[in-house]
Amino acid sequence: MLRISGPAALQALARLGVARPPEPRRAVLARLRDGPDGPPVDQAVVLRFVAPASFTGEDLVELQHHGGIGVRRMLAAALGRMPGLRPAEPGEFTRRAYLAGKLDLAEVEGLGDLIEATTARGVRAALSRLEGSVGRRVGQWHEQLMELRAAVEAELDFAADQADVASGALGRIRPDMMRLRAELAEALARAPVAERLRHGFVVTVVGAPNVGKSSLVNLLAGREVAIVTDRPGTTRDPVEVALDLDGLPVTLIDTAGLRDSDDPIEQEGMRRARDKAASADLVLELVDAREPVLPARPAVPVAAGQVRLVVANKTDLASAPADHLAISCRTGAGIDRLLARVAAALAAPDQAEAGAVPVGARAEAALREALVALDDALATVHLPEPVLVAEALRQASQALARITGAGADAEDVLDRIFSRFCIGK
Amino acid sequence: MQIFDVIVIGGGHAGVEAAAAAARLGARTALLTQDRRAIGRMSCNPAIGGLGRGQLVREVDALDGIMARAIDRAGIQFRMLAADKGAAVRAPRIQADRRAYEAAVQALLAEQADLQVLEAEAVDLILEEGRVRGVIDQEGCSLRAEAVVLTTGTFLRGEIHLGEERRPAGRLGERPSVRLPERLAAAGITLGRLKTGTPPRLRRDSIDWAALQAQPGDDPPVPMSFLTDRIGQKQVECRITWTNPATHALIRADLARSPVFSGQITAGGVRYCPSIEDKVVRFADRERHQVFLEPEGADDPLVYPNGISTALPREVQVALVRSIAGLERAEIAQFGYAIEYDHVDPRELGPDLAMRRLPGLYLAGQINGTTGYEEAAGQGIVAGINAALLAAGRPPFMLERSQAMIGVMIDDLVSRGVTEPYRMFTSRSEFRLSLRADNADLRLTEGGISLGVVGAERRKAHLAKLQALELGRELLRRISVTPGEAAVHGMAVQADGRRRDGFDLLRLPDIGLGRLVPLAPALADLPGAVQEQLVIEARYATYLARQEAEVRRFRAQEELALPVDLDYRGIPGLSAEVVAVLSRARPRSLGAAARIPGVTPAATARLLRFVERPGASAA
Repeated sequence: MLRISGPAALQALARLGVARPPEPRRAVLARLRDGPDGPPVDQAVVLRFVAPASFTGEDLVELQHHGGIGVRRMLAAALGRMPGLRPAEPGEFTRRAYLAGKLDLAEVEGLGDLIEATTARGVRAALSRLEGSVGRRVGQWHEQLMELRAAVEAELDFAADQADVASGALGRIRPDMMRLRAELAEALARAPVAERLRHGFVVTVVGAPNVGKSSLVNLLAGREVAIVTDRPGTTRDPVEVALDLDGLPVTLIDTAGLRDSDDPIEQEGMRRARDKAASADLVLELVDAREPVLPARPAVPVAAGQVRLVVANKTDLASAPADHLAISCRTGAGIDRLLARVAAALAAPDQAEAGAVPVGARAEAALREALVALDDALATVHLPEPVLVAEALRQASQALARITGAGADAEDVLDRIFSRFCIGK
Repeated sequence: MQIFDVIVIGGGHAGVEAAAAAARLGARTALLTQDRRAIGRMSCNPAIGGLGRGQLVREVDALDGIMARAIDRAGIQFRMLAADKGAAVRAPRIQADRRAYEAAVQALLAEQADLQVLEAEAVDLILEEGRVRGVIDQEGCSLRAEAVVLTTGTFLRGEIHLGEERRPAGRLGERPSVRLPERLAAAGITLGRLKTGTPPRLRRDSIDWAALQAQPGDDPPVPMSFLTDRIGQKQVECRITWTNPATHALIRADLARSPVFSGQITAGGVRYCPSIEDKVVRFADRERHQVFLEPEGADDPLVYPNGISTALPREVQVALVRSIAGLERAEIAQFGYAIEYDHVDPRELGPDLAMRRLPGLYLAGQINGTTGYEEAAGQGIVAGINAALLAAGRPPFMLERSQAMIGVMIDDLVSRGVTEPYRMFTSRSEFRLSLRADNADLRLTEGGISLGVVGAERRKAHLAKLQALELGRELLRRISVTPGEAAVHGMAVQADGRRRDGFDLLRLPDIGLGRLVPLAPALADLPGAVQEQLVIEARYATYLARQEAEVRRFRAQEELALPVDLDYRGIPGLSAEVVAVLSRARPRSLGAAARIPGVTPAATARLLRFVERPGASAA
């Protein structure tokens, strides 16, 4: 569910293509778009509350959407581009609710726990080995920014009456600012890939009806999540299963049998399956070992960068061709090998490197803020106003400090100045 | 027994502002000093202002304080520092005639109604029911008051170090106060120890003055006070010289005899005002350090060699001075020394500079762990105002970080404490684009007028300035030129057919107000300060608008008030460390709590339930 709180909540809804807001407190089904006239993203149940009669005491819109991570990300991105809107801080809705007098003390008590728990869970859920490198990377950027600040601040606070602080720092630091800007921009461009790493990979199982897709999903999940029968078309909706594959968070999606059908409900299932599969990181294409011939056209077009593995099931009944991965859902044969292949494919080098990029909506927003501030700094560096550069760098470092939790305060900058320059008459 | 509303102990820069401000508010005020001739004395370098500090002095002036007017009368070299680095950091620094400055301060105090200067030493505080009710002097006499302001500088258990010698002292030749710190310690108040130092003073006629590089002042000099029109007195030049490898070798050879390095001094020193022995050790690769030779007055026989503060033994001081170019035959009139002194942990204070554990007592200046005349004056005026307000039963006066550099300084002090003497830098403020030296009056004087701390003369001058400023803005708004018309007046703008007003034109590079006079002749009649203000407003408009948004966000956090008497130990989920820092700092707001080092976002969230919601009933 997505919540939008504040005076611009209705404008935000319009931004998602819902021009006519629903009656307060009445649930309506609406199509959400990426921008007022953009392509449709998802359908959602939309609820609207009017201040002060809402959870936060402000105008509030709730979107109960169907989609998973991908849809959520698109919605967040569409909203994030709207001026005046930003991702909520942890516990911010609760805080606003409390300040508006909407929550009692007992409810607020839980807030501190919640923030700590969220942080802890976030850290655990992320790939811990990559988490370290994210921290290091942002830490390095932050460190560079603090050094840049020290250089400019030394010129501002000391150069005029200190012979030891040479003038002209701005000209010298410009190349460093440009380099840093390029690194931040590149990281932002890769943030969506990196977010996969945190929130998990999507693996889809596709194939002709009755080849054993649901059996495979059930086997991997270790529990009955989809109805498995012998009748074609039983599985109508994609079924999601969260897996931990060798430390990688994976969402496994079972799809309805991909085939043509006259049943409108089944058609809708087909459409969703194709959508999911289209955004998947890896597609397992399941075939029956007794009919190893691939369909004349691929059931799902393979997107760029998407890995496709052809897996032959029911090898207890017939042997599979050499270029197929052989498994048997009935006996469990070949499943370990299949999982190893999936894990290896997902942990490919370019993905692992993308992990060294801060992810998550808040981190992305902070990174973007730092980038904008750096642009401001570069835009003012030629003016005879070094104080404007210093202010922009301060904003950039504070934005990054929000990701790492490091200090970005004045005392730190002064420490750097005093250790580098001989200040004082 | 004498009865006052406010008693100020100490006649330094904090005490002077505190006493004068209390009296301006109508409080019957006594200023206690050991020596009335020492009032307003510059115990270290003979200069007022500088980067960051010039802003403080202008703010004190905006509240009708003493310092700026005194230095305008006594200044012998005026310089606008960082003039080429933007209005936000630009700040006046003025070299003083030491004697003339003391005389100016004393004359301004003498003109002040409701203010008595008493030569007495306060040896103890009168405490009744846990509240400070006055002081006891060295004769054992009681002086009663509703509020007491303590501005004793380095006099608290001061100890001077000169080579291997050490002796108790306040400043050289003056007695330290011993009983007062004992009284504070008995009340359970945390004291810390700091160190500072001063260079030897040289006889001017023993210096080869003419051979050295000259450093002239600005012409015409820009006054410090908003009330001063022009500077009439004679201006002097300073000189610049350098230490050299021979100087450094001398210092290294006798380093063990400096109390700074022998272990004799243990207190924390200042990194931005290091002794010459510190500089030689810490920056060993440097072959020379700059020395500014600053005359102590227009006709004063002494020169202050800024840059060679030292506590080395006397004969080493003589040798090191004489190793410097131009000082080969220099004679030392007074040796340099280091001084250790007690200060009160400023986290014992509220943002009104009142001591939380001793109601009725206010602290300002070096006693709070700061350094510098300007920092002292900034605290002094706030402490004096609050002492008078307490005596009158009125609510306290506080300056926010978003309002004044003084607010930044006090917030830093009371929420973070000090580990070295605190000095103001513009980089300490997150709002420095608006906290400028040029607009201190526009930020503070109106509030000062409604408070009652601003006198009639300044009130009149300020209202006139506001009118002129409004007129100037109107003149600029009324200008309306097409790109073609602008070109006729020599101003190149994009030929986009858009009409531009005066503010738009001032944002063009290299366009000053003078270029607009043909378009709006009345601009030329505006006072210089008003013209300058208009240009700054135009050039900074975008950045100031952005900063205003930041200020609003900041204020929202500051308005979430926390009770001062909150028992942090009883709050579940706070770590022992967080409880300790919060209990000491006692933040007034959620915003202040979040600024304290060590207070995590989760801890801040836990404090939320204690926020006193505006409008919430007490029941």
